Amino acid sequence: MRYLRKHLVLILGLLILVYTFVPIFVVVLMSFNDPASKLIYRFDGFTLANWRHPCGAEDMCSSVVTSVEIGLLSTLGATILGTLAAFALVRHDFHGRSSMNLLIFLPMAAPEIVMGSSLLALFVGAGFAGQLGFWTILIAHIMFCLSFVVVTVRSRLAGMDDTLEQAAMDLYATPRQTFWRVTFPLVFPGILGAALLSFSLSFDDFIVTNLNAGQTTTFPLYVWGAAQRGVPMQVNVVGSVMFLVSVVIVVGGELNSRRRMRALA
Amino acid sequence: MAEMVRRRGRTGYLLLLPAALWLFVFFVVPFYSLVATSLFDPGGSDAKGYDMTYHVANYWTALKHYGKPESWTNLGPLLRSLWYGAIATGLCLVLGYVLAYAIAFKAGRWKNLMLVLVIAPFFTSFLIRTLSWKLILADDGFVVNTLQAVHLLGSDGRLLATPVAVVAGLTYNFLPFMVLPLFASIDKIDHRLIEAASDLYANPIRAFFKVTWPLSLPGVVSGTLLTFIPAVGDYINASLLGSPNQRMIGSVIQQQFTEAHNYPVAGALSVVMMTLIVAMVLFYVRRAGTEELL
Amino acid sequence: MSQVAEDAASPAPPEGPVELADASSYDGLALRKLAKHYGAFQAVRELDLDVPRGSFFALLGPSGCGKTTTLRMVAGLETPSAGSITLSGNDITRTKPYQRPVNTVFQSYALFPHLDIYENVAFGLRRRKKRDVDAQVREMLALVELESQARKKPTQLSGGQQQRVALARALINSPEVLLLDEPLGALDLKLRRSMQIELKRIQTDVGRTFIHVTHDQEEAMTMADTVAVMNHGVIEQMGAPTELYENPRSTFVANFLGQSNLIEGTITGRDADLVSVDMHGIPVSIPAGRSHAPGDKGWVGIRPEKVLIGNEGEALDAPGNTIPGGVVSDVSFVGVSTQYLVRMPWGQELQVFSQNTGRTRIFTVGDKVELSWRPEYAFLLDAAQDASAGAQRVDADG
Repeated sequence: MRYLRKHLVLILGLLILVYTFVPIFVVVLMSFNDPASKLIYRFDGFTLANWRHPCGAEDMCSSVVTSVEIGLLSTLGATILGTLAAFALVRHDFHGRSSMNLLIFLPMAAPEIVMGSSLLALFVGAGFAGQLGFWTILIAHIMFCLSFVVVTVRSRLAGMDDTLEQAAMDLYATPRQTFWRVTFPLVFPGILGAALLSFSLSFDDFIVTNLNAGQTTTFPLYVWGAAQRGVPMQVNVVGSVMFLVSVVIVVGGELNSRRRMRALA
Repeated sequence: MAEMVRRRGRTGYLLLLPAALWLFVFFVVPFYSLVATSLFDPGGSDAKGYDMTYHVANYWTALKHYGKPESWTNLGPLLRSLWYGAIATGLCLVLGYVLAYAIAFKAGRWKNLMLVLVIAPFFTSFLIRTLSWKLILADDGFVVNTLQAVHLLGSDGRLLATPVAVVAGLTYNFLPFMVLPLFASIDKIDHRLIEAASDLYANPIRAFFKVTWPLSLPGVVSGTLLTFIPAVGDYINASLLGSPNQRMIGSVIQQQFTEAHNYPVAGALSVVMMTLIVAMVLFYVRRAGTEELL
Repeated sequence: MSQVAEDAASPAPPEGPVELADASSYDGLALRKLAKHYGAFQAVRELDLDVPRGSFFALLGPSGCGKTTTLRMVAGLETPSAGSITLSGNDITRTKPYQRPVNTVFQSYALFPHLDIYENVAFGLRRRKKRDVDAQVREMLALVELESQARKKPTQLSGGQQQRVALARALINSPEVLLLDEPLGALDLKLRRSMQIELKRIQTDVGRTFIHVTHDQEEAMTMADTVAVMNHGVIEQMGAPTELYENPRSTFVANFLGQSNLIEGTITGRDADLVSVDMHGIPVSIPAGRSHAPGDKGWVGIRPEKVLIGNEGEALDAPGNTIPGGVVSDVSFVGVSTQYLVRMPWGQELQVFSQNTGRTRIFTVGDKVELSWRPEYAFLLDAAQDASAGAQRVDADG
């Protein structure tokens, strides 16, 4: 009893953590589901068929491909633009720096429905109502991923000891060599983290995408449509794979840095 | 560490320009488009185009149909969204604070791993996760059966298609947005301050309210803002887990845009929603007193 | 550290015309009228300095005196507001840091965390595209006794080891001048002492010019051939450590290096080799070469360890300056010595350090004593200067 009281907060915290994983277990479980009926979403029987034929569901795989394409391109765009902006905000001084900080923060806090609908209003107003699709989705995704990239890279950059660059110059490195041999390697983990974050934000986005997609279907749009018609279990296969991949990357990174720290001892 | 000297000159502008331009064109300008759209003449359409007639009556139309509450139980989509958002944010605050506190103070060497575990589930598509909740909260599922057994729920009660499911879904989906800023704030608190408080005769509860809570306020403020604002506009949870009685304003706006193609009214609703949110946020931030969110 | 601001008059200029070599042909580092200001704040004003090739030079001063700024200007990391820097006849004032034959050991070491020790040390050689990198790196690591750590990362080493890597990384490039910015500040006392000896040995072996910036006067005096004491952006006095310690020319130097008793006095006469001073009614004399007071009043200065203490009326081994009427007001036994505070008839408390040789008795509070010192140990300073300038409280570091 005393153990419980002493560790109450920790136990509660762990319970909450478990709670966040409950739906994931269901997703993984359902990926092995053999549904009796397409419309009723419940576990009926075990099967490996979903995993053996992940693209059995019509149109699902093409939507995944579209999502991946958009994800990669928007990650590329947002990471490049965002990294440049982060360098500007941390290393340079200019008028309007604080307004820019505010502008970067706003997309992270704005409701998606407002961002999405205002973008739609822009496209329609500019006469692109008929061309909604891949490129409008891409534009929207780069827009809201930008802020997250800037914030991530900025904090990594600000935490960097700038005496290191002075030391590099003292040791005969030109400014260009200093950047590529000292600054960039040290900021890179932040850039990588920002890119991963950006990709997952893009892949998973629904509200903004839905408003600006026209006829194009991304994976979340596919799931939304399927929710009315009957969800194929392969959707859960995709979900499980996404989860596994992200866990591997993220926990792997954590274990890697632990391994490095253990080498210190 | 030597204080960093910022460089002056034009390079800063050049580096910033692409991102600033992108955000300006695709974030700032669209707001103007939205406001303009809300003032279009409702007589136009996609095909014909719209005339700008500063038709302020669009706002009255929007509010009349979707803003006016019918009764105490039927608040109408606009007010309902604010209400659900507020409750979900409150629940997130309680759960999130416990979790953030546990990780910051009680996790020891598992701190980083736990943080990572908080975020990990949210890399899976949240639509799929919400569908899972639909299964978990199903009428003949484990949860409902248990609640019925302990009489928390009537014998023919259900969770799906009720506000409970919607708010539960909102709380679940926005939990990380609350936990991360809270953690950042709580983690910075110097443990020695709490030790000093207990040295000065404060029991753990008093020490919490007098020391920990006030020092974590910046995190509380950013966390609640990052949770409340998106939660109000969300409609996935309401659509998947609720019934038409739980319809949220986001769903109305989306439907008016993509199905009814009633752009002026949809725009007006968006602007109204945004204005209400901003007003509530300003009021809240004023009262909480912290301006250093950014 | 009670750093009382200097009065409007600038600190005492070195006496006599300072012999500066012709910069364009001087074999060493020459700073001429070097100045740096940040807006209205003058960090360094009008610095003139000659550092001969191959010497171990210390730039000593309290924090904020401009010594680090001067160092950074020599390294090229700051641009001077005025003046010039000449190295072996070449004007390097505006040269970029990566083009100067000057290397720095930073206070925080600034080791590249993403490179191992080997690559850190090899960094400068690789940038200059030198051949034979491996042999040189191994040789340098052997010099600082870190060969076994070559493949570790900086965070895996202790503070002392990191410091040696920083030294190796700079030294391997055979710079004409090696700059050290308070490199021993982060080390504990024992390690600091051994590193001081180590650095001095390496400098003698390698034979290059070392410029060492520090606020620790003991460190400067232990390691350097020449010490320059800096205060508020200018050099107060420069010379060999013994010269600075035994014959300080300003109250700042007198108080900053070790401790001094400064007693008011009025000058009564000046001879060819002696200056007579009336010190609260007691006549004392000071050799002319140790007198740096231009006016008719001065501070008579005497180091506490040079003051002899004895019973009233007892004959002491110091013909000349005997000051009666002292009362012991504090006694501190410090093992090696006993430190007394003696209240004199004119109200001032003088410090006396008496070596515990066992031959003299230890006095107690309230004892009536006589003080005396040999005139050749006393010095005379300008009365216009602040008597507490440079004095450091016991609880401050350095």
